[in-house]
Amino acid sequence: MTHAVNPQVRLANEIAVQFHHRPTDEAAAAIAQHIKLFWDPRMKADLLRRAETEAASLDPLVLRAVTHLRP
Amino acid sequence: MTLMKEPDLGTPAVAGEATVTVEIDGMPMTVPPGTSVMRAAAMTGIDIPKLCATDSLDAFGSCRLCLVEIDGRKGTPASCTTPVADGMKVRTQTPRVEKLRQGVMELYISDHPLDCLTCSANGDCELQDMSGVVGLRQVRYGYEGENHLDLLTDSSNPYFDFDASKCIACSRCVRACGEIQGTFALTIEGRGFESKVSAGGVDFMDSECVSCGACVQACPTATLQEKSVVELGMPTRSVVTTCAYCGVGCSFKAEMRGDQLVRMVPYKDGGANEGHSCVKGRFAFGYATHPDRELEPMIRESITDEWQVVDWDTAIEHTARKLLEVQAQHGPGSIGGITSSRTTNEEVYVVQKMVRAAFGNNNVDTCARVCHSPTGYGLKQTFGTSAGTQDFKSVAEADVIVVIGANPTDAHPVFASRMKKRIREGAKLIVLDPRTIDLVRSPHIQAQHHLRLQPGTNVAVVNAFAHVVVTEGLVDQDFVDARCEGFEEWAEFIARPENSPEATEAISGVPADELRAAARLYATGGNAAIYYGLGVTEHSQGSTMVMGMANLAMATGNIGRDGVGVNPLRGQNNVQGSCDMGSFPHELSGYRHVSDEAVREVFETLWGRPILPEPGLRIPNMFDAAIDGTFRALFVQGEDIAQSDPNTKHVTAALAAMDLVVVQDLFINETAKFAHVFLPGTSFLEKDGTFTNAERRINRVRPVMAPKTGMHEWEIPCRIAQAMGYEMSYDNPSEIMDEIAAVTPTFAGVSFEKLDKLGSVQWPCNDAAPTGTPIMHVDGFVRGKGAFVPTTFVPTDERSTRKYPLILTTGRILSQYNVGAQTRRTANVAWHPEDVLEIHPHDAEVRGIENGDMVSLASRVGETSLKAVISDRMPVGVVYTTFHHPVTGANVVTTENSDWATNCPEYKVTAVQVGLRTPAGPAQDVARQDIPMAVD
Repeated sequence: MTHAVNPQVRLANEIAVQFHHRPTDEAAAAIAQHIKLFWDPRMKADLLRRAETEAASLDPLVLRAVTHLRP
Repeated sequence: MTLMKEPDLGTPAVAGEATVTVEIDGMPMTVPPGTSVMRAAAMTGIDIPKLCATDSLDAFGSCRLCLVEIDGRKGTPASCTTPVADGMKVRTQTPRVEKLRQGVMELYISDHPLDCLTCSANGDCELQDMSGVVGLRQVRYGYEGENHLDLLTDSSNPYFDFDASKCIACSRCVRACGEIQGTFALTIEGRGFESKVSAGGVDFMDSECVSCGACVQACPTATLQEKSVVELGMPTRSVVTTCAYCGVGCSFKAEMRGDQLVRMVPYKDGGANEGHSCVKGRFAFGYATHPDRELEPMIRESITDEWQVVDWDTAIEHTARKLLEVQAQHGPGSIGGITSSRTTNEEVYVVQKMVRAAFGNNNVDTCARVCHSPTGYGLKQTFGTSAGTQDFKSVAEADVIVVIGANPTDAHPVFASRMKKRIREGAKLIVLDPRTIDLVRSPHIQAQHHLRLQPGTNVAVVNAFAHVVVTEGLVDQDFVDARCEGFEEWAEFIARPENSPEATEAISGVPADELRAAARLYATGGNAAIYYGLGVTEHSQGSTMVMGMANLAMATGNIGRDGVGVNPLRGQNNVQGSCDMGSFPHELSGYRHVSDEAVREVFETLWGRPILPEPGLRIPNMFDAAIDGTFRALFVQGEDIAQSDPNTKHVTAALAAMDLVVVQDLFINETAKFAHVFLPGTSFLEKDGTFTNAERRINRVRPVMAPKTGMHEWEIPCRIAQAMGYEMSYDNPSEIMDEIAAVTPTFAGVSFEKLDKLGSVQWPCNDAAPTGTPIMHVDGFVRGKGAFVPTTFVPTDERSTRKYPLILTTGRILSQYNVGAQTRRTANVAWHPEDVLEIHPHDAEVRGIENGDMVSLASRVGETSLKAVISDRMPVGVVYTTFHHPVTGANVVTTENSDWATNCPEYKVTAVQVGLRTPAGPAQDVARQDIPMAVD
């Protein structure tokens, strides 16, 4: 059994939920920092791709965080 | 009783300054007040004869062999129960006491089988020794009178016999069961001549006995004797080493005859266990020589092929070539490794070095990913490092003990005994657990508060605790002001109404009044210590909960001294060590992030290879990447991910998708079924290295026999690395530890030489703390100021539904360990031959399920079958099982949900449905399971 939702999308959304209570800019920066500290580069690259191609599947905070992750 | 005798001073040490001076047989000795005459005499080198006394038990004064004369006092007091007094003059050998002792021995021997030459305890019997010491030369009463010589032997326990005919009714076994183990399974039944040791009127196997071995250890005769000694004879040599099971890390004497292990005897000087043991460490070592064990390397092209046995050179060359081929085709990041918490620090270190230096990436992770990775994250964020704050001894100073999501009597039994002793002395107990675990109510133990929270609501509950502390003025403001930062923001958050006990009651099911009372007790009851397990970490908010507990401890000043702290109870013996050694993909040894250029430079200089500055894949990410096709080869050291990791179908799909899976293990485990290379590992009896336990104690693991595989396990990654073109070699494991010390500040002072000299040390061990650090954060936190972190409760996505209305939570049981690879290959299966599903009577009733029925257990990801055990230890709506048996496959039903910060799987919350599959026939037997019983 494999997952229906892309793992990077699922994981990023799970992180974002933890930061919903924080101010948007602060939350986005914290999410981006967490991903920088703990994610393999291929996972980050995949997330960046999916932010372009399937933005609707991502939490808005993740989409904000992605702006911090772009080179 | 043990052949390899350690000093026995007769009665326990008494704490305090030595201020009382006595004279014993003309020899002066100064000891702390309250010390017994017997102990003071032993400290002067004078051993007073004794049978019922031993220094692991309180004095009892029953055998009357230790009588002495004291100037100015009448009679002949027992030296074990007589405390010293300043100026006291004691005579231990006088005609009067010698005659009395001989008389006592005559009575004992008149009712004892005189089969010394054929007795299993010959040469290891205190009764035999004392007969010699008192100069017994005759038994005037003869041997024909009424006696106990016809009493039967109880051989029901798989590991030891109880030969009642040899019992002298000294009560050492009964007292050990109570005072040391805290189970109180044994008693003296009857009075006078009818007195006899009894396991509650039934045989040992059917009693409350937990087979910890304390009674066997305490017995001065052959009455309680290991079957292995009966069968093999007395051992002839002894090696001090460390247990291979849980994170308590008990020290044992491995007692040998030649290269055959006869028995494991807990070591009195072991810092973690101080002479105590559990059924696993004491007896369950037979797996090391089990016929299932693989001793030769094997390879195969496809997982559908038969294994082909090869020599080590061929296996190493094959493995290295295949790894390089995968990298050549799919890139340097397409391979990686997993380290094991069942291997030594040195073995872990070389695997992560192989990955980082020879593989050239950071794709290394450890099995701690699926247990205590949230501890690493949470304690680092708040305190500055991933470490339990206390030593185990600290619990003896605790006034309030909070156990959260842990079941110490099953999973960490030797520490549980320490904890129970303190509770019997008066410490208050608070348990947070959906299940009514044994600690909630057991002999002489009763939790003041059992907060039976709903699975998945830990953070709501810990926030409510903190809410009470902050809003009722219970904060230790001096501690917070001096030692912490971020308090104001956190306090504002935690004081919000949504964090009040009244608001969280609807979420957690914990009555607000009881939660408030528990929080007040924690904050005001004196030294308060938190002990937690995987019931905290294995949640979608595992890391948040760890931070929540740290917040609570800081707010109440319960950090930095004896009796307090935040203490993870680690699952496997070297979870702490495997994490310390740089096994996480984002950290080098000592928990330093790979993005730190200065840290990387230390390793790059020594290793001669660049270290990538970005994290590698974590275990769940490896599985996802394997299915995605970007991760193609995996080296798995001593871990059965196909059984232990969640969502088995997903894991096996990932393994099946890889080009190369290399398994290094003792057995062909579930993961090895997907492997292309099998490299046989070594048991703890063959290892030379160190384990680091849950209290950061680095203990030596010493080999008692040569590797049965012909190769030390630490050599295997070194040789693979060499075959891949990276020079990596050591002459012995002490050189590996020297390298660890050279690159890891918290280990800078650690060496095999120091460990052999001191016994053990607790890290940090360096110039600032050359003999180690039992208690952390005494004068300041590792990160400087302790950081308060707001911990908003976010419910898990895993909810009960109409289709899956119950919540499954998983765990372990006393007699089994982890995936059962070791314990299933021992006589421990007598207690737990299969995994069962515990279910509340109501949930069973509405489904037509009776005790012992086969039931289906289904979640949205899978289904399995197992026997049901009806238990009102479970709350309504929650079911529980263990994952010790692959045939059950508990992880077939657990899901991909994980801790948001670390990806630690959410084993503790899975929505499931349970249905009747096959009613139990009359022959189906669940009676011998460790069946939870009603507590009220």
